[in-house]
Amino acid sequence: MKILSVENLSRSFGGIKANDDISFNVDQGSILGIIGPNGAGKSTLFDLITGYTKADRGKVEFFEKNIFGLSPDKISNLGVGRTFQKLKPFADQTLLENVMIGAFVKEQNIKKARDKALEIIDFVDLIEKRHHFAKELSTGQRKRLEMARAMAIEPKLLLMDEVTGGVDQKTIPGLVELIKKLKKTGVTIITIEHNINIIMEISDNVLALDQGKSIAFGPPKEIQKNKEVIDSYLGTFDAA
Amino acid sequence: MDKLIAAKSEPLWNTNNKVISVIVGLVILLFALPLVGLNSFYLHLFIMIFMHAVMAQSWNVIAGFSGQISLGHGAFFGIGAYATSFFYMEYGITPWISIFFGMFVSGIFAVLIGIPMLRLSGHYFAIATLLIGISFQVVFQRWDLVGAASGLWVTMTPEDSWTALQFHSSKVPYYYIFLVFFLVSFFAVWVLSRSKLGYRLRAVRDDPQAALSLCINVSNYKIIAYVISAMIMAPMGSLFAQYILIIDPDRVFNIEISIIVLLITVLGGIGNVWGPIIGASILIPISEYSRIYLGGTGGAVDLILYGLILMIICVFRPNGLISFIPKDILERKKQR
Amino acid sequence: MTSEIILQAIVTGLMMGLIYALIAAGLSLIFGLMEIVNFAHGEHLMLSMFSSFWLWSLFGLDPLFSIPITILLMAFCGVLTHYFLIRYILKAKMLIQICATFGLSIFIRSIAQLLWTPDFRNVDKPLLEGRIELGSVFIGQPQLYASLVCLIAFVGLYLFVTKTETGLALQATAQDRHAAEVLGIPSNKMFAIGWAIGLGCVGVAGGMMANYFFIFTDVGINFALFAFVAVALGGFGSIIGCLYAGIIIGLVESLGGLLIDPSFKLLYVFVIYLLVVIYKPQGLFGRY
Repeated sequence: MKILSVENLSRSFGGIKANDDISFNVDQGSILGIIGPNGAGKSTLFDLITGYTKADRGKVEFFEKNIFGLSPDKISNLGVGRTFQKLKPFADQTLLENVMIGAFVKEQNIKKARDKALEIIDFVDLIEKRHHFAKELSTGQRKRLEMARAMAIEPKLLLMDEVTGGVDQKTIPGLVELIKKLKKTGVTIITIEHNINIIMEISDNVLALDQGKSIAFGPPKEIQKNKEVIDSYLGTFDAA
Repeated sequence: MDKLIAAKSEPLWNTNNKVISVIVGLVILLFALPLVGLNSFYLHLFIMIFMHAVMAQSWNVIAGFSGQISLGHGAFFGIGAYATSFFYMEYGITPWISIFFGMFVSGIFAVLIGIPMLRLSGHYFAIATLLIGISFQVVFQRWDLVGAASGLWVTMTPEDSWTALQFHSSKVPYYYIFLVFFLVSFFAVWVLSRSKLGYRLRAVRDDPQAALSLCINVSNYKIIAYVISAMIMAPMGSLFAQYILIIDPDRVFNIEISIIVLLITVLGGIGNVWGPIIGASILIPISEYSRIYLGGTGGAVDLILYGLILMIICVFRPNGLISFIPKDILERKKQR
Repeated sequence: MTSEIILQAIVTGLMMGLIYALIAAGLSLIFGLMEIVNFAHGEHLMLSMFSSFWLWSLFGLDPLFSIPITILLMAFCGVLTHYFLIRYILKAKMLIQICATFGLSIFIRSIAQLLWTPDFRNVDKPLLEGRIELGSVFIGQPQLYASLVCLIAFVGLYLFVTKTETGLALQATAQDRHAAEVLGIPSNKMFAIGWAIGLGCVGVAGGMMANYFFIFTDVGINFALFAFVAVALGGFGSIIGCLYAGIIIGLVESLGGLLIDPSFKLLYVFVIYLLVVIYKPQGLFGRY
């Protein structure tokens, strides 16, 4: 079943087409990986879907309900969670408080919200750090914090921006495992990744962007063979 | 799994029995103080501390919790002051009722100002509130219905009266009234800070973008904070008017009110429920004593000091004096 | 009401508007550079008027000739402000930044009150005096020259920021201070320069206004408020926007005063601010 369908989504910034006629569908329970070189428009696409940036035109349907043009808080209220490439934890609050703020969406009672937050923190393996301030956590831990916080709103669709970006090599496998574990809970995931091996490993479908355009969409195996993708993207990243 | 169970069995809040007993002791002491016979100056000093702590607490709600700087908070103080005095003089309505009217009007104004201004980044709001603070003063200076520049001289009752909220023979009733309002406001804000609303307001302050992704309508929450803040401020204006019984625009809409609430909060610790109390207990005695010892020039010296303290705190202790006290004593438990 | 009176109000508003524009430009330059609103801007204006006044009363220097000294003093004051206060709060939260410059404004104003009392002063018999008559419109000479000098300074500032090397370095720092540092532009020095120029603008305006305006310790408050509004209307950080916004505010002030009631000037400007913020929150004009 389709959970998200995007049609002809476009947005330009002063003549530069950040997103140009992007269309794709996401099936419930699957993982869609988005790849593309820097400046391909991956994060812009997230901002357009979640309402942080207003699209020039196009259509976004979530469970066949039009969410185009809604404000970010309304979209998240429908069950779309997200993390940020440039991490945005509530720095002056503890990990537990960060996640609790998310948990309050579904739980009104403080104790219940706290317990739910703790369960999610346990799920992302940070239970021992629960009373640490967000600003004291490492980058990898803050990535987990953002995932936990987004999960706390019980999203049906989770958009994750560069989960493995900016963390050291040792931390990456743990984060990848976490994404897989997350998928098992039944949530649908769209993830932006720089690391091509990870994307091939975890994704059910891959969307390749280049200069704001969608150049390929399909299962990882097909994408790996796609000439356009290899030319514009894979070639450069094998080296990296 | 064990760790999760252990974590769940932790109490929600760190309850430090020592701190609680100290606080209870202090509250009892505050209630007992007039009985041991404070002279009129000390009664006045305590009344001013209570009043300013509440005013600063009001500012703390909008600035400390939701992160929006209001530079014209005196406007709500003035509205409260005029509401009780005007309705008592014109219609004989007891201040106990018009206090609520002042709160209501302040809340309405907060909504009207908040809707356009709080959608935008903080500077727009700061500038708008600065304009509002001064506009109110200008309007009331020329508004004949409320006595224009000469203000309102509340009709004095021949004797002490609880219905008219006037006490001429002693300051003790005022002391208790302000004390009760102080405790109630403090308790209300304390509850707020621990509620779902409090959590969400802090989210709005720390990162509005991230808050949006957690279903929080950022501008609505800022407006809610502003309304609550205004409604805490207004009763202080009302009580102050009953305390001095003469109000005029230069006194109750003075920009100094907006300055001092900001200063007290920043000095004590912004965003912390205890901050305004600490700030007021330090700053108000300084201000009252300097008024006595420095006489007529006191006003300017006061302000020089305020400005200097504000800058020093901002540079060296942006979290205020409360940051000298280890966090786990007052707020939350940290287990490493 | 005759058309002459309206014309007179328009001319007066236009002249005031140019002064507001220059004061706002200084504010906007500083904001564009480091995202800090100088809430002590009005007090800096007051200082520059007093500088002009004291140079006249102590040394008999006419405000017209003391302008360069006033500009230099204010530029120096700007560097001091940056050195002793601003550089410590560059990374602080906006809340703290606002409180800090607000504290500075209280500090300067009350020190001035202590030193100079809140009395009103004015410069007696400056070189620029009298008025000229254009048809039915009277134009005060000091006002006219003040607005012309402000306009010239404004154009100078604009050319400086857009054409000179230092100006471009300032712009680079404004856009991305870290990238600029990589290119070898020391941001701390740029900030100090920004403050010097920003307050230099205020020096020009204050120095020229000393010719005809009453000089007292609270004089800056209204000017600063109008400058804040101008900066918001012009789009935070835009310098050219300040010119239009300043003129709009000058006109609103004088026409509102003429048509309704002069004592509510501040309110008319406030209404304009509200309207623009509601309908065009990004400011009337874009950046630069």
